[in-house]
Amino acid sequence: MADEAKSFSQQLQGFWVTFATMFKKVNTVQYPEVKEPTAERFHGRHQLNRYDDGLEKCIGCELCAWACPADAIYVEGADNTEEKRFSPGERFGQVYQINYLRCIFCGLCIEACPTRALTMTNEYELADNGRAKLIFEKEDLLAPLRNGMIAPPHPMYPDSSHLNYYKGEITGSHPSQATGEQE
Amino acid sequence: MNTAALIGKDPGWIILVKGLLIFVFCVVCTLMAVWGERRIVARMQMRLGPNRVGKFGLLQALADGVKLALKEDLIPAAADKIVFIIAPIISATTCFMAFAVIPFTGNVTLFGHKTAMQLTDLPVSVLYILAIASIGVYGIVLAGWSSGSTYPLLGGLRSSAQVISYEVAMGLSLVAVFIYSGSMSTSEIVAAQHQWWFSVILFPSFVIYVISMVGETNRAPFDLAEAEGELVGGFHTEYSSLKFALFFLAEYVNIVAVSSLATTLFMGGYHALPGLTFTESWLGGWFTLFWFVAKVVSFFFLFVWLRGTLPRLRYDQFMKFGWKVLIPTSLVWILVLATLRVMSQRAVSRPVVIGFSIGVVLLVMLATTVYDRSTAKAKAANGLPDLPAPRFPVPALPGQSVVNQIVTPIEAVAEMENHNG
Repeated sequence: MADEAKSFSQQLQGFWVTFATMFKKVNTVQYPEVKEPTAERFHGRHQLNRYDDGLEKCIGCELCAWACPADAIYVEGADNTEEKRFSPGERFGQVYQINYLRCIFCGLCIEACPTRALTMTNEYELADNGRAKLIFEKEDLLAPLRNGMIAPPHPMYPDSSHLNYYKGEITGSHPSQATGEQE
Repeated sequence: MNTAALIGKDPGWIILVKGLLIFVFCVVCTLMAVWGERRIVARMQMRLGPNRVGKFGLLQALADGVKLALKEDLIPAAADKIVFIIAPIISATTCFMAFAVIPFTGNVTLFGHKTAMQLTDLPVSVLYILAIASIGVYGIVLAGWSSGSTYPLLGGLRSSAQVISYEVAMGLSLVAVFIYSGSMSTSEIVAAQHQWWFSVILFPSFVIYVISMVGETNRAPFDLAEAEGELVGGFHTEYSSLKFALFFLAEYVNIVAVSSLATTLFMGGYHALPGLTFTESWLGGWFTLFWFVAKVVSFFFLFVWLRGTLPRLRYDQFMKFGWKVLIPTSLVWILVLATLRVMSQRAVSRPVVIGFSIGVVLLVMLATTVYDRSTAKAKAANGLPDLPAPRFPVPALPGQSVVNQIVTPIEAVAEMENHNG
């Protein structure tokens, strides 16, 4: 009898729990109006990064495409020439596509990238109303030009090699890069 | 002049207007109930609930209704077409009919005509409500049967068994009200509560009624008929579009109906809360409608609260509770109450009444003690036979080390058989 009385009072406690919860702050986020920041390392849309002088980091090696378990990435590399240089070194990514209908945001492509050209942003609003619209091209993925960057194609920093770029020794553009004249 | 005589003089057009008003009341109640339930349950789960359609999401139910109506109306090939169509109609019509005898207000003036907001008053109106509720079960049974599919059939059976079982308990709880008020007419029962509500004097009946009204309406925690995990949608699995909407409507109108009945029979109907009786004359008597609605809404809140709190009962637990707890308790309570009633009518002296009450309490205590003892004994006697400890690996209990001695299942079975044989 004592046990039954106890379990009954415990059941009443359950009623109090739901009643008290009504007056607690709700967890719902009114999404389209209110946007909460994501976790710092949230896996969102990809981004193709640039060096500080504006040259692209992508070397068109396709390692990201090979690492992708969902086969969402398509890369075509091409050779840089002295007249048209997009990245330091030999090659650059001429065609770069990510199909967001296939991408599972696992981040294996980021791990595979040898030059940290490919990283992920926190942007998650990727819904659209067409299949073709969800295949992002290189120009959709490229990081915007920041202050001091020059839009490629342009020559490398004077007297530097791709290794200087790789080691992070190029911290801005040189005036000569904009005009394309070699000193 | 009593209510029955008052509304007996209603001309036809007043009756029509009243009928329309009651219908509108039910439909609006349903719309608000769907919205209210979703909002309240959401708050109980720390969510917001629908708040997009209209102000505070008030038009959510309307939007859902329009969506339902525009959906494709499927009739399964295996279904019995005619019954399949009739079933939701039965459900939806019967639930409205109970409102015919519910007194919404005291005496008021409607379009210059003195009347009371009650469509009709029968000398047996509460029996009428019970009868209508039983007919409502046909909707469920026929829907389950005519769908020509397993889950609906099982859901329909469960539902009907449930409603019928709980109707017995409900009916018995109402007997106490009949005994005390000396009438089965709703308006007279309300009038009999002008001093004390029956929920106070007849508290056990009230509790039994509240439990059985939840069982009767197939609502959580008694919503076994539509246990999603077991029966998909229960009796309405095969229904879509407007026919499904009719069942949906019936469920909510039913909730409002049993809440109204509870208000009428136990909570003093349209009477104001004790101490606020002066409000009953406000707005020419129309203010009593507020009290009625307030009481119904609080019952509805109880429904939602139960749904937000309790998990669904298992079917056998539910039936056991209905037949072995609610009904016997009701019977004993009615017996005691009837005896007390007879005593008070025959003007038996006070000490005898008190002595009888104490005797009943002692008897109940004795009975429960004996029951407890016997169940404890039965438990001890029915202990499992003393089997040897299993030699196959079993998960360790706290403070035990795992038996790391692997025996093939065949050996283990052989050993058990040896032991038994």
